[in-house]
Amino acid sequence: MILKKNYSQINFFLLLALTFLFYLYGKEWCSHLGIDWAIKYPKQFIFPLKIYISNFVKWLMNDAHFIIFSFKDLTRAISWIIEQPYQFILSLLAKGFYRGQGQEALLILPALSWIVVITIITSLAIYTKDKALVALVALSFFYLAVFGQWDSAMITLSSIIIAVPIGVLLGLSLGIASYKSQKIEQLIKPILSLMQTIPVFAYLVPILVMFGFGPVSALIATVIYAMPPMVHTTILALKSVDPQIKDFGLISGCTNRQLMWRVLIPSAKSTIMVGVNQVIMLSFNMVIIASMIGAGGLGYDVLTSLRKLDIGGGVESGLAIVILAVALDRLSQAYVKLRPDSKSKNQNIFKDYKLFFICLGVMVITYLVGFFSELIRSYPEELSLSTSLFWENSMRYININYYDLLESIKVFLLIFFLMPIKKFFLAIPWPWTVTIITIIAWHYGKFKLSILTFSLLMFIVISGLWTKAMITIYLCGSSVVIACIIGIPLGIFAGLNKKADRVLTAFVDTLQTLPSFVYLIPVVMLFRVGDFTAMIAVVLYALAPAIRYTALGIKNINNELIEASLISGCTQRQLLFKVRLPLALPQILLGINQTIMLALSMLVITALVGTRDLGQEVYIALTKADIGRGLVAGLCVAFIAIIADKIIVASSNRLKIKYGL
Amino acid sequence: MSVVFLFTAHTVKAEDSKDPIKMTLHDWTGQLITTNIMAEVLKKAGNNVELVQADYIAQFAGLQTGDLHLAMEMWETTGRDAMDEYTADGRVVNIGSTGMNGIEEWWYPSYMKEQCPGLPNWEALNDCAEAFSTAETSPMGRYLGAPVTWGGFDDERVEALGLDWEVIHAGTDAALFAELESAYQRKAPIMLWVYAPHWAPSKFDGEWVEFPAYTKECYTDPSWGMNKNSSYDCGKPTGPIWKVASSQLEEKWPNAYKAAEAFTLSNDEMGSMIVAVDLEGGTVEGVVADWMTNNKSRWESWIK
Repeated sequence: MILKKNYSQINFFLLLALTFLFYLYGKEWCSHLGIDWAIKYPKQFIFPLKIYISNFVKWLMNDAHFIIFSFKDLTRAISWIIEQPYQFILSLLAKGFYRGQGQEALLILPALSWIVVITIITSLAIYTKDKALVALVALSFFYLAVFGQWDSAMITLSSIIIAVPIGVLLGLSLGIASYKSQKIEQLIKPILSLMQTIPVFAYLVPILVMFGFGPVSALIATVIYAMPPMVHTTILALKSVDPQIKDFGLISGCTNRQLMWRVLIPSAKSTIMVGVNQVIMLSFNMVIIASMIGAGGLGYDVLTSLRKLDIGGGVESGLAIVILAVALDRLSQAYVKLRPDSKSKNQNIFKDYKLFFICLGVMVITYLVGFFSELIRSYPEELSLSTSLFWENSMRYININYYDLLESIKVFLLIFFLMPIKKFFLAIPWPWTVTIITIIAWHYGKFKLSILTFSLLMFIVISGLWTKAMITIYLCGSSVVIACIIGIPLGIFAGLNKKADRVLTAFVDTLQTLPSFVYLIPVVMLFRVGDFTAMIAVVLYALAPAIRYTALGIKNINNELIEASLISGCTQRQLLFKVRLPLALPQILLGINQTIMLALSMLVITALVGTRDLGQEVYIALTKADIGRGLVAGLCVAFIAIIADKIIVASSNRLKIKYGL
Repeated sequence: MSVVFLFTAHTVKAEDSKDPIKMTLHDWTGQLITTNIMAEVLKKAGNNVELVQADYIAQFAGLQTGDLHLAMEMWETTGRDAMDEYTADGRVVNIGSTGMNGIEEWWYPSYMKEQCPGLPNWEALNDCAEAFSTAETSPMGRYLGAPVTWGGFDDERVEALGLDWEVIHAGTDAALFAELESAYQRKAPIMLWVYAPHWAPSKFDGEWVEFPAYTKECYTDPSWGMNKNSSYDCGKPTGPIWKVASSQLEEKWPNAYKAAEAFTLSNDEMGSMIVAVDLEGGTVEGVVADWMTNNKSRWESWIK
């Protein structure tokens, strides 16, 4: 046993030493041996997959016919079906109902006024009997009105109201199908990881071509991005239902359908709701990108404000997104905790549906009064507040007074941290990098994983994107390291201290739903365009899971174990390092895994501040509307994510075995 | 008013469809103004108009399929590749210049002239490189270029003119001007790509660098200009801002098509309207309404 451990350690050091040698002398050796292809993959061997993809999509849209209809008819029919409910909700909340087209249209019924919407949403909160929630929801929606975000917020809300149920239902049915059949699960899982890791920009153009221009395409992109966690959690939830419960169901003579809907799903409900929460959060994440292709709403406001460098305007609209997301999320969480049998059934109808009647009453009254009073119809502009000037001035103050300090921190980190790593990754000849990653994969996951790793890496090589992939790995890698250095201690703190936990949860929620665009521009003002700025943006975004999962891991440790250690005389320090951290390690690793995923998903955004990685490749492809180029670069990003994911999962499984978890 | 127009249109011209013409809106003020003016004019002519938010490049997909019909600003300098690709099969058509010309060049704030009195002549650039340098580029000057997707050949220009400068590419327009704003607040050195019509050259006091004037040969013929072995040894060309439309526009709305073709604005007109909105706090609608009342005879001639 001891011998074996030493043996693998020696191997490890040997590989490290070799890598270092390759870093120092790789280039010289290769040119000495006349194998320049090992440094720079020759252009003539690049496989032109991107051209094939572009041509295929063109063929699909222009020539593909099924017996009686073309492919385009099919996709357009789908988008028509989605568009109907969307237009209805949009008219109801934001636009009002019209007859006729263009400027000749006649208003038939105005949109629900802000008073009605606030009443309805607050009643929904009152129904849960949670006073804090009522306050939160009412204040949130009031904020939207007072800060002049109402109209845009209702447009955003409409698309969320459509996207989330579609994502949840599709996710749930795919999850159930995978639970029932192993084959389907095996088929779906890799597709899901691609959906989650291919940057959205990469498939935006094909979606636009297929589903037409406008909000429906934005909805479809949102669903693609936000659905995968729903499938994952559904599978997990159904699998972790106590087998005894399932047996009871079978014994009492359930049909298959009853077993699923009456027994399994209700018992798995709380885990399934975690998936719903993720769908909501991720849908809000897409608000900015969706607005680029015609969804409008708050995302569009953020974009236009920042284009004018109106930082305050951007922050206000960005915060409106956060507030909307948090309010809806807390509301959905509260509904899960409701016990269906808690309300009594023998009271009269009016009492049972009191809230409903109040809403209806307010609706009718505001509708009638709305004919006479503008105030009722829309929140008056003169009463809107704005904090724009405050943000503007604080930004200017920081810029003028602290720029030099920030600059010196930046230069220090650049010279001693970022630059050396970048050089290291770029100097090693690619065959060696491929070899060493494959060896690592083999070490943790044996044969199957190493074959997968090798093929995915070779895909990147023959696509001619190796250098950009290395810059990607360098940028994401260093960001992940920093995010972990900051996030894990914060997570431990949150896990041990309840107050800290509450503060950090709010902080993490904000970071995850605040569009990165909002902080990207101030960061550029303070740190200028370049890798460092990109790194800060990535760290800010990817910090959340590092904090969240670490805190979860620490909190979930069995209390008896802690007590046992205390009795056996552990100091607090020993308790943390010898007991808590090792036990929370699998969760922490999962957190790191998610940090990597989020870091990679931020790549496309960082391309907007001028990096030269795969994100930029995707972005260039988008601006040139080059479908093939975007998808190939997107696949490369996805493959990096998949390799990192598989290796970390394999290694964490090992650790679980080691600590007997 | 529109009724009268409709009536005359009935008798003389081929009729336009009653379906709304979908025009695209992007996220910069100039384009919002151009599009709104066109929309107002078309409304006066009796057309139905619908304004749709769309991405600058991604909109081509919509124009091609006929989901969208008219886009009012496609800059030669930034949209050429996409425009060429989508106009190739005739489903998207370039319907001529808006009359405005995009100007793009190296630009610096006026306060930098104290440290570099030789400017705006490009030959002074090398003497002042150090003054424009940062920790990452020192001793080379730092020039913040446009997003790579905009082209512009700045890397080649630096090489060809033998400049001791490093080109750093910003990722987006917003990032570009965020740096300018930050530097301007601190009166710090900065040299960057600025274009017009835009609010920045009006808000900030500064000048464009004067390179040897652009000619076609400079970009294609290495022997042209001061560097006999290299192209791009001159400044940037100015490029028209085009209007593009779906081929359906002409088929379904022949009169609107003619009006769109006839539409022109000048750089100065646009510049002052952008300032009115972005810097003086006006609204796009208000500025457009003013323009409509002041230029009645002009737009009437477009829809005649």
